[in-house]
Amino acid sequence: MASLEKQQFIEDSKRFWNPGKTQAWQDMEVDLVIDRREGYFLHDLDGRRLIDVHLNGGTYNIGHRHPELIEVIERAMGRFDMGNHHFPSLGRTALAKELARICGGDMHYTIYGSGGGEAIDIAIKTARHAKQKRKIVSIIRAYHGHTGLAVCAGADRFSKLFLSDRPDEFTQVPFNDLNAMEDAMRAKDVAAVIMETIPATYGFPMPLPGYLNEVEKLCRRYDALYIADEVQTGLMRTGEMWGYQRYGVNPDILVTGKGICGGMYPIACVVVREPYAGWLKEDGFGHMSTMGGAEIGCLVAMKVLEILERPTVRPMVNYIAETMRNGLNEIMSLYSDFFVGIRQCGVVMGLEFDYPEGAKPVMKHLYENGVWAIFSTLDPRVLQFKPGILMTADLCQELLERVERSIGLARAECLGKSLGKSRLRHAA
Amino acid sequence: MTAIVRELLAGKRRETGAADLMLQTAEWAAAAFAGMNRGAVEAIVRAAADAGFAHAGRLAEAAVKETGFGVAADKKIKNELCSRGIHEAYRDRDYCGKRVRAEDKIVEIPRPAGVVFALTPSTNPVCTVYFKVLLALMTRNAIIVSPHPLAKACSTEAARVMAAAAEQAGAPAGVVQVIEEPNLALVDYVMRSPRVGVILATGGTPMVRAAYGSGTPAIGVGPGNAPVLVDASADVEAAARRIIDSKSFDNSVLCTNESVVIAEEAIYDKLSTALGRAGAYFAKTDEVDRLRAVLFDGGSFNVALLGRSAATIAQTAGFRVPAATRVLIAPLDRVGVDEPLSREKLCPVLGLVRVPQVNSGIATARALVRLSGAGHSAAIHSRNPANIMAFAAAVKVLRVVVNSSCSQGAAGFSTHLAPTFTIGTGFFGRSSVGENIGPDQLVNWTRIAYDTAEPLGDFSGLEPWSRLLPAATGREAPISLGVLQEGAVKATPAVPDELSVVRDEIRRVVLEELRRALKG
Repeated sequence: MASLEKQQFIEDSKRFWNPGKTQAWQDMEVDLVIDRREGYFLHDLDGRRLIDVHLNGGTYNIGHRHPELIEVIERAMGRFDMGNHHFPSLGRTALAKELARICGGDMHYTIYGSGGGEAIDIAIKTARHAKQKRKIVSIIRAYHGHTGLAVCAGADRFSKLFLSDRPDEFTQVPFNDLNAMEDAMRAKDVAAVIMETIPATYGFPMPLPGYLNEVEKLCRRYDALYIADEVQTGLMRTGEMWGYQRYGVNPDILVTGKGICGGMYPIACVVVREPYAGWLKEDGFGHMSTMGGAEIGCLVAMKVLEILERPTVRPMVNYIAETMRNGLNEIMSLYSDFFVGIRQCGVVMGLEFDYPEGAKPVMKHLYENGVWAIFSTLDPRVLQFKPGILMTADLCQELLERVERSIGLARAECLGKSLGKSRLRHAA
Repeated sequence: MTAIVRELLAGKRRETGAADLMLQTAEWAAAAFAGMNRGAVEAIVRAAADAGFAHAGRLAEAAVKETGFGVAADKKIKNELCSRGIHEAYRDRDYCGKRVRAEDKIVEIPRPAGVVFALTPSTNPVCTVYFKVLLALMTRNAIIVSPHPLAKACSTEAARVMAAAAEQAGAPAGVVQVIEEPNLALVDYVMRSPRVGVILATGGTPMVRAAYGSGTPAIGVGPGNAPVLVDASADVEAAARRIIDSKSFDNSVLCTNESVVIAEEAIYDKLSTALGRAGAYFAKTDEVDRLRAVLFDGGSFNVALLGRSAATIAQTAGFRVPAATRVLIAPLDRVGVDEPLSREKLCPVLGLVRVPQVNSGIATARALVRLSGAGHSAAIHSRNPANIMAFAAAVKVLRVVVNSSCSQGAAGFSTHLAPTFTIGTGFFGRSSVGENIGPDQLVNWTRIAYDTAEPLGDFSGLEPWSRLLPAATGREAPISLGVLQEGAVKATPAVPDELSVVRDEIRRVVLEELRRALKG
């Protein structure tokens, strides 16, 4: 039972902030109010500790309040503020240069937004300018954010609500369906295909082998750009800096957000191949954003990239991903009539429960057992499971123990059976 | 990037942050390594040892070039001893499997330290790195090497050579790492990290004391200052030859080298002649004064002359010696705090003291060790066991080498002591270990102990690590499709790779076992 203080706070949140959302969580029996946070831990207002494997879609990829990020913000604030977006700025140019180096090839210019949605809008506008075409193809139930153009590329739940859908300009096709994709592009009126490398809110269905490569080929064939939305899959979460590298894709435009800001200072970036960045020369004032690329954010992003490029990070991601895989396989074998599948690319994971909305009770029992992971809004049989890339071996073991217990409880609740099987483990 | 941006990014936490990631990766590697069986571990150790051996000569030259200490040809020998030699010495020892002590109803399971933090010296850089890396690999530990700043390039390269070979042979990624730009603050930070299982410190006394002061379990060793007694019963010719060979080896940078020869009156002249024949130059009184002045100017040993040749040292002191000179001998009236030349000299300068009889020789040796080198090494050339016993019982050292070169003998290369490049100086030398450091010091044992009245269970055929989950290797992050997503079943790859076949097989066996257990 929540403390009186917390109950009152939740009431206030309903009154002043967001009644619908606040109530929805209470209905799902997740009365989380996050207070203190550090590393991969959240501390609830009532003092309960949770292991965070939601990470706000990778925002806290390298952990909450990373000490090196705190330090760089402190140092940057001793000299800089957001800066003036009209002028060449030390932070913005330095980060752009770093991103050009990291992305390689002719991925050259970086345009800044203050968040992922704005960055997607910039990517779409850039593609439209480059191709002088309007149409954008995306995936049904994709998620690209909530700003004007981004929201149209995502699930229509969020655009129709605000009478903001534009079906004539935005076509959506099923994921992993190349025929549908080609049909949408045949008329050569498509400016760009925008792809989350692995669609997050849709429960991380994995691209079938060759799918993304074929989409890229279709883009070339029908004169469209390939926009890689790497907001959730970038920044080493798949074992490579960008998720598309795992699939051998060469995008024309890259969008990175969430994790690039370290969860500490908002920033999002669009990296564009040299031939498609024409508007920057034609009218450099074409897109403006006072907070886009705020200079302190640029320094934070540079520090994030510096940390990710350390040679120790790649093996660590591999260890974590493999350990999770092995441990979850073991749990799956115990509860095979309920926990049926693991979608995985590195630490981007979706756990499949063969029960209608099965991820919701799992989420609830995880919450009660000290783990915070969120179900997939657009496919609630799937739990989004997003471990941090710098987790320790001990924390991974602890997480697996808690997950095993929670899935057992969720299964008992859903299937109405007693546990039946002992929770015997081959503990390390 | 402009200087301003560079400066803003260069906070104090950069270095410790990078070190934390290194330690964390080492932890992951150690966790994976600790579940590997002996066959796999042996292949890894062999590969690392062979790689070290193959680069022994090149890295010996690199070490001499970088530090100016020692002799490349001798360093090559040491590098070979510390690669294949160490592997050979321990290849029959099992630090991975169980040990059943049926009579005690005890079964022992080896449990590695986890992450070994190894401080390595400038004097014996490459071979010490080799040595410590192999010890760690044999015992399934991850290791982070922190080289002496004067030898960081060759030490880093040595660690890299072994790391690459080990990983190639199947070791977990990141099992051998090296701090390329070490500094005192960083080393101190790592030593205090709770992620370090044990510190293996070879270096100067301040570093060793800091290791013990860190609060982390440490194996640190004190300095040497070996007395060598030649009594009247000795084979004097052989003794002289061995002493000069030992003292000139690698220009005397081994801490086990002889410091002062203590000769019984009866054989003094004969020994002197023999030493001269073996390549020693006897410094005249004024030359001894000059040596004292250049070697201990300002009180402590002059590092500029560490590991230099006899000719160079003589030249620095302002006198000439024949080109063939291997060792400079400084005849001394006495040893003690008022004679600097009776302290440790990591260069081919050897003291020589004449004593009337064996007991006074033992007293002199005690005095020498009182000055420095407690718990370390001493040598005696004698055919008289009573003298040898009296010497060993009186002098506060933990190894007494008999009729052999002290350099190689105390280090276990010309005796049956454990071969080592880290000499435990024990309680006398303010250390936790008195033996020659080997793999045994890097592993603890979990002991399964039965009630004395109960019969011991049958453990035959049981591998301690077979029930563990398949270990991660850190090589590649897995990709897999789920089963509920459309098209997944059709797209499942037809040809699984070899490793996954083995893993699946292990999993199948484990699951079957589990099911049986649950039914029963």
